[in-house]
Parts: sequence; C-alpha cells; structure tokens
Amino acid sequence: MTFYGYRRPDGRVGVRNKVLILPASVCASDTTRIISQQVEGSVTFNNQQGCSQVGPDQQLTMDVMAGYAANPNIYGTVVVSLGCENCQMDLVVAAIRERTNKPLEQVIIQEAGGTLKAVEAAVRYAKQMVAEASLLQKEEFPISELIVGTECGGSDPTSGLAANPAIGAMSDLLVAAGGTSILSETSEFIGAEHILARRAVNKEVHDRIYEITTRFENHFHLVGEDVRAGNPSPGNKAGGITTLEEKSLGCIHKGGHSPIQAVYDYGKQVQAKQGLVIMDTPGNDPSSVAAMVAGGAQVVVFSSGRGSPVGSPIAPVVKITGNKLTFAKMEDNIDFNAAPLIYGEKTVEQLGQELLQMVVETACGKQTKAEALGFTETAIARLCNYV
Amino acid sequence: MNAMIIDPKDNVAVAIEPIAAGGAVSYLTPEGEVRLTAAEDITIYHKLATRDIAEGEAVVKYGEHIGVATAPIAKGAHVHIHNVVSPREDRQAKE
Repeated sequence: MTFYGYRRPDGRVGVRNKVLILPASVCASDTTRIISQQVEGSVTFNNQQGCSQVGPDQQLTMDVMAGYAANPNIYGTVVVSLGCENCQMDLVVAAIRERTNKPLEQVIIQEAGGTLKAVEAAVRYAKQMVAEASLLQKEEFPISELIVGTECGGSDPTSGLAANPAIGAMSDLLVAAGGTSILSETSEFIGAEHILARRAVNKEVHDRIYEITTRFENHFHLVGEDVRAGNPSPGNKAGGITTLEEKSLGCIHKGGHSPIQAVYDYGKQVQAKQGLVIMDTPGNDPSSVAAMVAGGAQVVVFSSGRGSPVGSPIAPVVKITGNKLTFAKMEDNIDFNAAPLIYGEKTVEQLGQELLQMVVETACGKQTKAEALGFTETAIARLCNYV
Repeated sequence: MNAMIIDPKDNVAVAIEPIAAGGAVSYLTPEGEVRLTAAEDITIYHKLATRDIAEGEAVVKYGEHIGVATAPIAKGAHVHIHNVVSPREDRQAKE
C-alpha cells in the first residue's frame, strides 16, 4: 500500500503541510495564538510549561517542542519565546536542530519590543513559510514510511473487546508492511506487563517494560498515593471497567500481536520502519498523544468507549469506538465504528483492514472529525506523572 | 446472545445488551452456547458472574486476574467496584 505525502529535507515524509508557531513557554502561548490566528495554514497550541522547571522535567517539555517542530507534518517552525524563561531560545533551537534541518525562525518577545512587534515579526515569518509550503507537491510513498501512534481514552469495556483489538489488527498489518506502530500509556500497562514482556525482542526491552511501570507506580508511592486512586476514572467505572488491571488488559490490545522492538522515553524521536515499539507516556490522553507526535507519529489512532474529542495540532487523530451507543450518540466526534466485532457482524481481521484503509486515506489528506472541529489539545507530561 | 466471554478461563461474562434481573443470559463458548439467569439488572457492557465466586477468589477476564472478590458473588450477579478490588499482584512472577 502507498500514500501521498510531503517529502521533507531531513528525509522524513509528512501527511500534512503546516507551519508551527511554537510557544517556548506558557508566557508566549497567548502570543502564538494571536499569531496563528493571522496566518491561515499555521498551527499552534497552549504550552503550559517552559519555565520554573528542574532539569529532567524541563527535558520532557524540550522533547515535545523539538519533536513537534521536527514532526514531518510540519513544513517549518517559528519559535516564539518571552526571553527570560528556562526554555531559552538558543536551547529550543538547538534541540530542534538536533532532530531536523527544516525551515526555522525565531522571535523573542522581550527583544522584539513587546507583544505587537513580536506578533508582526512572527506573522511575517509565518506568512512567508506558508507561501513556500504551498508550492510543495505530494509524492507517492510506501506505508512503511508511516509511524502511527495508538491511544485509548475515555475507555469502557468495549475498548478492550472491539476498538483496541481492531487497532491491534491494523497495527499488525502496518508492521507487516514495514511501518511503525507506537503502543503508549504506561499507567495502562499495570497488570498486563507480563503479557507485553513476553513479546519483547530481547532482555533489555523486557526489563524496560517492568522498569517503566514500576517507576510510574513509585511516583505515586513517593507522596503516599496509589495510581489506582485516580485510575480507572469515574467514566471508566460508569462504563463497566472495575479495576486498573482490567483497563490495562484491554488497553494493550492496541499493540496487536507483533514483537516489541524497543521502549522509548517520553517524546523521544522514534526510528521509522521499526515495527511495534512502546513509548513511556502517562495515560492522560493529550499528554500521551503529544509524546507520540513528538516522536514522529504522522497519524494517531485513538479508541474511546465513552467518546473523546481530543485532537492534535500536528497530526490527524482518527477516533474509533467499540460502543454502538457511543457511535450513534457522538457521531460528530467518532470516525470509525468497531462495534460490529462484538456482535459478530465483522471479524477483527476485516476491521483491521478497514482501519488501515482509513489511516491511509487520512494520510492522503482525508480530514478527521477532530481536525474538522479544530481540536489541538496538548498536554506535556511532568516528571512525576500526574501525582 | 446478549453476553460474551473473552477467554475460556474467565469467570465473568460481559453483557453486550442491557439485561434485566431474572432475564436469560446467553453467551458462546468453544463448547457451545451457555445459558444462565441474571440475578440483578446488568448495565450494557458491565460484567456478571458465570459461576459462584468465593470471597477472596480471583475475578478472571481476558484469561487474567482483573481483581479479587471482596464478598461472595453468586452466579448471574453484577461484578463491579462494589464487590471487586484490584489484585495488586507481582506480575513478573506470573510471566
């Protein structure tokens, strides 16, 4: 199978062609919103971090910023910083340059002379980049170029019965075609680590799977809390999920049955053409999606039993549910119905094929429901993972 | 069929339609159709016991331990947060 995408100067292939107005900190985030509103073809997001952080925590923010800029769906980036934040402009630019050689411009609000002058400078840079981006023509590429992030949020028992197995079947097909699939959400491996660990390609990957879940639980123990106090969520329970372990056993179906090749830290760049990999992310959906997109995922497939609207400024997010009531009730938010698997009307293999087809159509430009609604939710994980 | 099990080791089934107390429950296993009676109302996609589960016994879904029963659970009864807690097991030991 092939798709039509945009070739980038760093060799990667994008499925969208946007200019990113990147806020280096929370103090630049309203400014980037104003800039992006002036430039059709640009995207931005609300960065709640970027300052007052300790090193390893700041690194998570830096990795998401650099990864967003490097994501091949982005033509080029205008970085906007306030000037005094911890995520200094030179650090952000260096982090982006480690990942990509794509077009990059910088505006520092305190040096530009305040909001209005910074907005003007950034709008001019962004307009120029959008004009250059508009000249690009799509080319045909094999789907082995695709990195697909998989996510589940607002889960209910149908996620484990239908939507996640369908994602898993899609993932196995993508992996067989030479592509890459990312399984995420470390908190939702808890209780199912042994099943994932058995599929690790080597001892290092095997041990890392236990290490990330133990670390996640320990963050909560540090402050005398238990991860289970907030997970499953009220909506998960109302839907019929009883324990975190039950939720996890449903969650991991998104990884299908392929061997697990690697475990990546949050937001790190994922190597293409690698098969199935894990990324260490929290179960918080916008935070997990942000990390996989920063890792290079051009498309995200997101299951939701209860019905989630969450999107991404960078990557199209395909929504899938296994709950027939939710598909009927939230059709404005859901792209794909996996409920026929529960009722014996379709097989998991059929749904996997159909979902892969939808992923390829989305890669070729088909707008997802979350894109049509303009959703750009981004959360960036903190060092202690939602404690 | 108005319910399903995922793994033959499971001791809970998932209602795939709303089931009223006293109503017939049916699901497929590799050996054929199994029927029982719902002991109480079961919300769609919630779990019910396919056999009596003793207090302290593991609750099994996906062929894995999803929890421990905090009270005796009768065949056909609703299995959820009121009678199950997390198992908190050493997962590496189970591999």
